[in-house]
Amino acid sequence: MEGSFLKTALVFLASAVVFVPIAKKLGMGSVLGYLVAGIVIGPFVLSFVGTEGQDIMHVAEFGVVMMLFLIGLELDPREFWKMRKSIVGLGVLQMGLTAIVLGALGYFLLGYTHPTSLAVSLALAMSSTAIVLQTLKEKGLSRSSSGQSAFSVLLFQDIMVIPILAILPLLASSGLHEMESDHSLIDGLPGWLQTMLVISAVGGIFFVGKYIVVPLLRMISKTRLREMFTAAALLLVVGVAYLMELVGLSPALGTFLAGVVLANSEFKHELESDLDPFKGLLLGLFFIGVGASINFTLIANEPMLLTTLVFSVMVVKGLVLFLTGRIFGIRKDQNLMFCILLSQVGEFAFVLLTFSRQLQLLDTYWTEIMMAVTAMSMTITPLLLLVNERLIDPYFGTKEEVPRKAADIIDENNSVILVGFGHFGSTIGRFLRANGIKATILDNDSDRVELLRKMGFTVYYGDATRIDLLRSAGAENAKLLIAAIDSPETNAALVAIVKKHFPHIHVMARARNRNDAYELMDMGVTDIYRETLYTSVHMAIDVLKKLGFRSYTATRKAMDFIHYDEAALEKLSKHRHEMKDYIMNVKEQIEMQEKLLSEDLHLGLTSEDHAWDSDVMRKS
Amino acid sequence: MNKILILFAHPLFEKSRVHTALVKSIPASGNITFHDLYEKYPDFNVRIAQEKTLLLEHDIIILQHPFYWYSIPPLLKQWIDLVLEFGWAYGPGGEALRDKIIFNVVSSGGTEEAYSSEGRNRFTIRQFLAPIEQTALLCHMNYIAPYVVHGTHLLTPEAIAGQAARYRALLDLLPGTPIDTLKNFDGKYLNELVTK
Repeated sequence: MEGSFLKTALVFLASAVVFVPIAKKLGMGSVLGYLVAGIVIGPFVLSFVGTEGQDIMHVAEFGVVMMLFLIGLELDPREFWKMRKSIVGLGVLQMGLTAIVLGALGYFLLGYTHPTSLAVSLALAMSSTAIVLQTLKEKGLSRSSSGQSAFSVLLFQDIMVIPILAILPLLASSGLHEMESDHSLIDGLPGWLQTMLVISAVGGIFFVGKYIVVPLLRMISKTRLREMFTAAALLLVVGVAYLMELVGLSPALGTFLAGVVLANSEFKHELESDLDPFKGLLLGLFFIGVGASINFTLIANEPMLLTTLVFSVMVVKGLVLFLTGRIFGIRKDQNLMFCILLSQVGEFAFVLLTFSRQLQLLDTYWTEIMMAVTAMSMTITPLLLLVNERLIDPYFGTKEEVPRKAADIIDENNSVILVGFGHFGSTIGRFLRANGIKATILDNDSDRVELLRKMGFTVYYGDATRIDLLRSAGAENAKLLIAAIDSPETNAALVAIVKKHFPHIHVMARARNRNDAYELMDMGVTDIYRETLYTSVHMAIDVLKKLGFRSYTATRKAMDFIHYDEAALEKLSKHRHEMKDYIMNVKEQIEMQEKLLSEDLHLGLTSEDHAWDSDVMRKS
Repeated sequence: MNKILILFAHPLFEKSRVHTALVKSIPASGNITFHDLYEKYPDFNVRIAQEKTLLLEHDIIILQHPFYWYSIPPLLKQWIDLVLEFGWAYGPGGEALRDKIIFNVVSSGGTEEAYSSEGRNRFTIRQFLAPIEQTALLCHMNYIAPYVVHGTHLLTPEAIAGQAARYRALLDLLPGTPIDTLKNFDGKYLNELVTK
């Protein structure tokens, strides 16, 4: 790491850019790509990086923290509360059984002492949040029952890291004192005070999240500086993680809770799209670190021992998971997925193993061996998933496809996205709501967003011409997008982006006038609504009525007029293309107007039908 | 081959079990045009020229609708008012529709017995439809007996499916039936063509 920062960054970024797309292309998922990149730049192949793989992993673990924040954002508190049974049930069963079986194996076969076998088995019972959640997201399995169950287990494991870290020193006969300094700030305090502090820290997250963070974000959003918002989002995650470390809780758990608190806020989508790239890169860095830290010398020296260990650990974990899945009624094909997903040893094992060595629960040799087992099992998981996907899964026939899709639509993706909630858009939104249609609403005026949320609308804040924001608003699954932004230029930009990146969405657009309408027509929009047409015509009806026309006759004429005008718009749009200049100057505008007026006479707008008119009959 | 135009008028189509089944059973055929008036003209502003063109392109005109208040739905009446123009459909030079076949496809909550001189409604469906019959006559068309689905409130899903199948059979039959045969049909209901 002594080399320049630029060189290190170059190596990491280049390896990721080369290997991840290749892995993706081969259908292996990004995790495996990063791992291979790590192995290649690691000390045993190209040795661009030395033994600092481990250090990098510590930095990059922050990616896991960020990922849990983002997961929290997607989960609203009610949903989280519903999961409590599966978190505790699946979690206790998985961790308990795995630790007992692995502990017994260690005790009887490897000749470990009681404390050592317990410490090692607890470390090995952990699964990798990073690998599993990244895989679930990439394969779109987050909502499947295997995905949900895996998430519950991982969450429970994250929670359990803290008590395990607390118990390990009690198991150790010596070395207790060295550890004190390494631990959290509140260790020296009496037990009851510690508990109080922990509870108040968690309570603090809820309070601060609701009453301080949201108003703060509102204030920042008013500055309209996008990077300030990104900075605030990062600050939020870093701050929560730091607070959690201070009171000795898991940062991942803390940020997860913070995410849940903010899940219902209007900034959900903005936070998501701002933090997503950071999370992705940090996680990537983490996987590269894992790849780089695999000790191939050790593997070469102890091939049989390591292979046996990796195999038996993964088999034991897999079998326990299968049993757990059966008890909780996961369907067969889903259960297999569930087993493979969680069968590896996770990143927390690195932490727990290192800690055990510091406590002299484990000697250096076995620590190295177990670290290698962990890294190898993490590398094998994506391969196993690939095998499962290609060779085993197809034979199980019916998948969970149908119910999952249905749930998706109801849960998180409204099929209508309404962009722009000014006077125009809000009228549409109110009418839709009155008819039971819940649209996802995007607006970039934070004052308005706040007001509307108070009135019970689901409105999200953000600049809708950003592709990532549209994506997190569910553009990939949306059927309709209503472009109702006040500024015609922004509205046109939005339409252009949607047409380009989400061609499956049907766009319905607001146009201020005829000229906006032409532009939208050029972009292939067929449903165009001119503000200056319908209102003007309705006013004209009333003018006719004031002049003595009967209301129904005036209304019929008006409807004919609108029909005619829309037909004329299309016709003139073609004519406009024949004109030399794309941008219309004043002279051309007048020319258009003139053409319009002469068409009025030609197309027989003034001719009348004779319905209910007996004059015609009398004359003949 | 006779070309058939179904002028469909139902103000609350989405709630109608019977018409949903009947409309679904309409065969996809180049000879049959299904024209949903309430969908096309929610503002009652029937576009006369388009409707005239449609009429000229077809030989058999079916008016399919529920029988609310012993009559046709208001949009269908609006359609008649606007489209059947003097000097085009009737009156001097009004020959455009001459010799076309026209009949009603009606759904009714009441039973066949209720629609008789002894029944609650005192008149038959055909009698209630006298204004349509006379309109057709004035326009030189051949008005024939209606096709009726009775007792719609009491129909089981199976019975509705049966009705839909028979309606489909009728629509399969009509394109190939000579106009003269249809013109001379003298049964009570057109249903007889597919139940015998």
